[in-house]
Amino acid sequence: MNGESFLFTVFALATCSGAIAVVFSQTVVRMAFWLVISLGSTAALFFLAKADFVGAAQLLIYVGGTLVLLVFGVMLTASGPYLKIATSPGEIVMGSCVGLLFLVVVYASLNGVDWREPAISLEASNPVVATGNTLRPIGLSLLGSRPDQDLTGDGETLSPGYLLPFEIVSVHLLVVLIGAAYLARAKRRAVGSG
Amino acid sequence: MMFAAQSIADFFQGFGGWQYVIAALIHAVLLVHVFALSPFAFIWLERKVSGRIQDRLGPTRVGGLFGWLQSLADGIKLVQKEDLCPTAADSMLFRSAPYIVCVSSFAAFMVLPFSHGWVAVAADCGLFIILAILSLEVFGIIMAGYSSGSKWSLFGGMREAAQMVSYEIPLAICALVPVIAAGSLNLGEVGGMQRGWFTNWFMFHDPFTFIAFFVYFVVATASCKRAPFDLAEAESELVGGFHTEYSGMRWSFFFMGEYASMFAVCGIASVLFMGGWNTGIAPLDDALYAARNASIDGTSGSAAVGYLANVIGAGVFAAKASFGVFVQVWLRWTLPRLRIDQVMTTCLKYLVPISCFLFLGATLWPLILVTGMGRTTWTAPVGDRAAQGLQETRDGSVEVSVIAVPAVDLSLVVPSANSLEPEGVVQ
Repeated sequence: MNGESFLFTVFALATCSGAIAVVFSQTVVRMAFWLVISLGSTAALFFLAKADFVGAAQLLIYVGGTLVLLVFGVMLTASGPYLKIATSPGEIVMGSCVGLLFLVVVYASLNGVDWREPAISLEASNPVVATGNTLRPIGLSLLGSRPDQDLTGDGETLSPGYLLPFEIVSVHLLVVLIGAAYLARAKRRAVGSG
Repeated sequence: MMFAAQSIADFFQGFGGWQYVIAALIHAVLLVHVFALSPFAFIWLERKVSGRIQDRLGPTRVGGLFGWLQSLADGIKLVQKEDLCPTAADSMLFRSAPYIVCVSSFAAFMVLPFSHGWVAVAADCGLFIILAILSLEVFGIIMAGYSSGSKWSLFGGMREAAQMVSYEIPLAICALVPVIAAGSLNLGEVGGMQRGWFTNWFMFHDPFTFIAFFVYFVVATASCKRAPFDLAEAESELVGGFHTEYSGMRWSFFFMGEYASMFAVCGIASVLFMGGWNTGIAPLDDALYAARNASIDGTSGSAAVGYLANVIGAGVFAAKASFGVFVQVWLRWTLPRLRIDQVMTTCLKYLVPISCFLFLGATLWPLILVTGMGRTTWTAPVGDRAAQGLQETRDGSVEVSVIAVPAVDLSLVVPSANSLEPEGVVQ
């Protein structure tokens, strides 16, 4: 066993055991703690696979953003100390059914791939591989230019990149923000109705 | 000869697949020393500076001159204290919270470059990673506040959560302003671009980066929860805030985390705005640069010269970052604490709009200069500087891209490499 597979085993075990602990703990903030372990190890797996950007985004968005907001929300809204969630037997049955079905789907799709067939790896002459610079291609794609993908094959019409989906998502988020501000605003009484 | 190896991993090439593990251990041990010794020095500095500001002497006895061993005496005292856990506390969360704070501020040092090529993990998006890691620290503090079973702690934790969630936004935007000027998120690359006279530092690149430096410093002070933004502790209102119930080593882990992350944010400021490991004096910088390159090429007799140049670089870097920490200490003992609503107003009504304006201005600045002067910077043509910087880091990245991302065989990790493979790359 070499260093990489050792590290992979450690982080994969941490991810799975954290996820299992989330399911079995009752206190919301403890669940958040186990989620930190699980999601942080997932980020470590991304780093191990040389996907620095995805790993950092995982840390920033899920651990540093979502979980902090979750705990913050619990602290602001809980009426007593240590908010607990009691799971009813029906919910456990439902949850395990969904989980088992998902496991079957994952197992089937993993079995559908021939893992022994050598995948095509990136050429060493590729500038991304040669310099290890993966950010510029991602940044260029978000700006709407993908120099690495040629749609028509004539060397002139390049793929438009991710600009359109990026803009659609940002407009969507803006609409959500305005909607949330509208719903959360202080309701003003009509003048004169007392 | 150890100095001749391009990196620590190369030095241990004979150890098969374990060379990265050995190199990782060495890097980690070195960084643990930085992480442990910088709080040691800064706590002493804090005592001395606060003493001088309050017209006292500060520590004078332990260790003789200037009481420089005071931190060691404090440490021994803290180790001896009893490790308490209140009965009202959620003991699992209460005990693990200090480790989260400590681990996250330690992990930030992994991607912080100390000198040319002296970085544990040379990541292409280093700045993004370091900001992501620093944002984890708040989770430990919120957990400490929540799980202590004390109202003071809960208030401290809530204030910290509110403060950090808001201050992360201007922190990231201000850090992006010099990134626009540099065109890279790689901290090693950004540092290498600022070689030459100090006018090459990104702080003096344009008026927007100059203001962004000060805004960044204010926001970074707030994100380390230092006074005047130390609402999470607020001794006069909340006893000790989030760490009211802690004692002994667990309490001191919070403090080590705090001082280490002060050094980390000041280190980021030094790389992004103040030239990193470059001295700011062009002949000196060029000499150091030549010494490094000569030892890499093997043209100079001794590789130790290049090593020495890097040691000087690391010293310059540490001096700049320590100056930043000194200013934070100075601010702490000079300014009164803000109220929580004032802290939120400062961030949301002033710092966020200011940083957005700076970001916008920094993107427009090259366009304005191009129409006015016909080039994109006012000090030196950016092409030259960018070319120099890129060339320098090409060497640097070969030298350092070592640990945390060991050479994983892409064909194993990315089974769908077919879809990811770029086909005709336009060079």
